[in-house]
Amino acid sequence: MMTGYPREQIRRTLADPRLQEAIYSATGRLMEHRRQVVAPEVLPDYQELREQARRIKEHTLENLDAYLEQFEAQVRARGGEVIWAKDGPEVADFVLDLARRSNARLLVKSKSMTTEEIGLRERLEAQHFEVVETDLGEYIIQLAQERPYHIVAPALHKTREEVGEIFSQRLGVPRENVPERQTRIARTVLRQKFLTADIGITGANFLVADSGAVVLVENEGNARLTTSAPRIHVAVAGIEKLIPRAQDLAVFLKLLGRSATGQPLTVYTSILSGPRRQGEWDGPEQFYVVLLDGGRSRVLADRDKRQTLYCIRCGACLNHCPVYRRIGGHNYPWIYSGPIGKIASPQFQGLTEDPWLPFASSLCGACAEVCPVKIEIPRLLLELRAEIVKAQAREGQNRWERLGFRLWSWVMTRPRLYEALSLAAGLLAGEGSDQGWLRQLPGLLNAGPLRAWLDYRDLPVPGRSFRALWRQRTARVRE
Amino acid sequence: MISRDHILNKVRTALGHAVGRTAAAPPPVRLCVPAWTVEERWQRFASALEKLGGNAVRVSEPAEARRYVAGLTCGRAAVASRSPFLEVCGIHQLAGVRRDFRDPAELRAACAEAEFGITGADYALADTGSLAVFASPEEARLISLLPPVHIALLPISRLLTGLDELLSLVPNPAERSSALILITGPSRTADIEQILVRGVHGPGEIHVIVVDDRERRS
Repeated sequence: MMTGYPREQIRRTLADPRLQEAIYSATGRLMEHRRQVVAPEVLPDYQELREQARRIKEHTLENLDAYLEQFEAQVRARGGEVIWAKDGPEVADFVLDLARRSNARLLVKSKSMTTEEIGLRERLEAQHFEVVETDLGEYIIQLAQERPYHIVAPALHKTREEVGEIFSQRLGVPRENVPERQTRIARTVLRQKFLTADIGITGANFLVADSGAVVLVENEGNARLTTSAPRIHVAVAGIEKLIPRAQDLAVFLKLLGRSATGQPLTVYTSILSGPRRQGEWDGPEQFYVVLLDGGRSRVLADRDKRQTLYCIRCGACLNHCPVYRRIGGHNYPWIYSGPIGKIASPQFQGLTEDPWLPFASSLCGACAEVCPVKIEIPRLLLELRAEIVKAQAREGQNRWERLGFRLWSWVMTRPRLYEALSLAAGLLAGEGSDQGWLRQLPGLLNAGPLRAWLDYRDLPVPGRSFRALWRQRTARVRE
Repeated sequence: MISRDHILNKVRTALGHAVGRTAAAPPPVRLCVPAWTVEERWQRFASALEKLGGNAVRVSEPAEARRYVAGLTCGRAAVASRSPFLEVCGIHQLAGVRRDFRDPAELRAACAEAEFGITGADYALADTGSLAVFASPEEARLISLLPPVHIALLPISRLLTGLDELLSLVPNPAERSSALILITGPSRTADIEQILVRGVHGPGEIHVIVVDDRERRS
């Protein structure tokens, strides 16, 4: 049942008091910030907003084909281009081709879980392009060559001392342990990257069908720079990111910032549609939106578990999860950690990939309670558990089947044994035969899978083997 | 093109839809616009922005706005947008303020050097302390982004209650501009040990000057 469970790795996390403190206090703070801004006296219509958000997501996914086409038409009408990608390699192929066509050297990136999901940066770097993450947390993670620890706080597990070490080693700057000064170092280095980059790559928090708009939500200004300074903007987004109307942003923006970091609105919200227009001074000259399937259409096919795709990546379920708060983000097998990762990974990557995942939950229900789009995570965990058990039972059956065929091949490669056995089988089966056809096995043998098999099939009664017939024939010829 | 049809087919199969099916009607839009007076809006705006570490100032006339900006910049290098409202306030006549550029490259270089970026704002949102700026030939994006200090000026008539009112006035921002940017306080991060640091990539300081224009309107 629990194969692949990273037991040792988890034990190390639990035994590291520094890391335990970092995870616990960071998630605790995020919980507290959220609690303050969704309290009934501050936001009386919070529950109505959640209900509306869920309804809109449900409706959008039920009509996703129409909204995808509307979005594409709107982007085109404003001079942008939409590229459809089945998987990560197709996204990378497009960006690589674009980078080569436009003689690009340097690409800047703003934080995006979707591009992490498909390893886009690594794929581009493998082809010798310089790709720089510009969100401070992501930049630290890139320099440390790790993967994000948390959906919204990627470097949550790093202390200032560790950041000082990473900066001094990787950037060759004097060791600096004060976060203000560390931030200034990153600002200076990244400012030059922004001003010289050819392509800016972003994700999208939302795609708006009626406007053809890409919506980006952030606090630092790096997403604004990524989409304002380079001459080309490429947004990579999963097909589930659509919402029907720009007016629906009133609901989603209120929920996203509050659920993620306890902000009524994040510092910057960019609603971007198409390249710069006539007379504008800046903004990209080319605007591309890459729509990624990457397993989403498969999840869409399951009416019930489809709600996994409602997720707006706020990370609230991570902060409130007693398991995440102990084991942190790196013990989950995929880029999405915490409760949402537990239901997303098995569905996106296959049920038997990491079968222990949906079991690593106490089903306390905190995640569902704080989810801004009301995904029923605990119930889906239970369903996935049931499916995994069934799938494993199926695999168990396959094991017996495999054993049977191994035995069969062993017998088949031993002609004398085979002959003896088929003779015996012929004698044994003869009594139940019906004009030379075996309808069912006699007596005790007529049970289990053999019986089930013969319920729908008839076999000729085994008699003389091919070798016996051949011997007879060659004897006749010699005569 | 192949992937497009492939993905759309998979989506249609998953949903059991035929080609060319139109979407069902979405749930009604939910926008709530409270009835706040100008004074209430101003109070809420100022307190929301100040809570974020921004500075909200209300002045009674354009000349006072100009004097306030002069007090901030003290003649140091500033880039101003071509917003008509800055013209009304006479910002371009201030020492150190540059507005005219030959080309985008020159504007960008000036923004990268300047200590102040001065812009107008199409609207401000009272409940969150936000500015709403549409990119346009009058408003370049980088002026409110590259310099370490952002100063924005707008008439008080443009002070809305919040996002819901903005989206009811502008139901489809894409029709109006390639970019609608909402700016809510100074640039910030908490990525290192959750310690708040202002001015990561964008301005660490923001001043919003709201100018009374009640006389002009009456």
